Amino acid sequence: MSTGLSEFILAVVTRDMNKVKGGGCPIFLAADQQEQEKMSLYLARILGGVVHDLENGVYFICKH
Amino acid sequence: MEKYQVAILIGVISGFLDRWVMLRNDYRHYPTYPHGHLTHLALGFIAASLGAVAVPAIAKPDYIAVTFLVLAAQQFREIRNMERETLNKLEETKLIPRGQDYIEGIARVFEARNYLVIMTAFFTSLAVYAWRWESVFIVAPVLILISGKLMSGSYVGDIADVEEGSVHFDGSILKVNDVVIMNVGLPQTREKIMREGIGVIIKPKNDNARLSLHNPGQRMAIIHDVVSILGTKVDINETDLMPMARKQVDKGYLAFFVVANEPDVKFLMEIIKKVPVLETTRGTALNSFFGRKAAD
Repeated sequence: MSTGLSEFILAVVTRDMNKVKGGGCPIFLAADQQEQEKMSLYLARILGGVVHDLENGVYFICKH
Repeated sequence: MEKYQVAILIGVISGFLDRWVMLRNDYRHYPTYPHGHLTHLALGFIAASLGAVAVPAIAKPDYIAVTFLVLAAQQFREIRNMERETLNKLEETKLIPRGQDYIEGIARVFEARNYLVIMTAFFTSLAVYAWRWESVFIVAPVLILISGKLMSGSYVGDIADVEEGSVHFDGSILKVNDVVIMNVGLPQTREKIMREGIGVIIKPKNDNARLSLHNPGQRMAIIHDVVSILGTKVDINETDLMPMARKQVDKGYLAFFVVANEPDVKFLMEIIKKVPVLETTRGTALNSFFGRKAAD
């Protein structure tokens, strides 16, 4: 039986540091949208999560 | 040959035949594990022997033998545990799980089949013992047909209408018609979904059906059956394209979304119609007085 975290934000990728506060997970700052998408994709694949878009320039990777 | 020997022999054969016929019915519900087949045929043979021996034992009369037969019948409860355990073990390594309700349903069916085999063997040997051996040609086929009837439950196609739905995005929200499925972040994933995703709407025909489809176990069964036939583009650590069934909370119908290896919406709808309605999830609102009152 494998155990792991689910329904948990593993990482936040943002273009605007003012939009995210607090901790609990690492926050990555991207320079532009292209970099943001690339970083999110890599993080999602490595962490086994799914990329979600808050539609305000903040992406986060969540494990379901 | 003595009359009781003929009765036992014919009872065993018809019971075993019954198990064999029902095993073939399993094909779609349960992937064919060759060794599983053998196990169930062997147990079916034992069940058939139990049923067939009962009539001569009562007729003799040998009540000790009958008592032992009843004790032996208890063994078949183990079959349910055996199936449940096997399927639960397999569940751990599945990308798209079957779900506990489906497993429980399969396990129960496997147990019940053996009781039907006992019944078939018992009545066949009774007919042969009480009448003449040629009666097997009438009794056995009828009993096998009855077993088949008793074992076939209803399907999603009986309780709901399945229609094609349109997959589209509202910003980052993936929708099938007006039902929200999930939030998809990456533009390239959205493009892939728009190219290859297929959506289907499952509309319940009445309140009972709505409650059945409301159950997550039933939805998992639908997803599992679809994926086991059409395939999926989900992989380990790549769960963006997870097939999902979500409810329209106001109206109670389901939206089903999948990115399949064989994106053929016509067959997808046929597969969904053929998914069994699990007995553990079956809605019974209309059987109650207030349920019927509230339904209109």
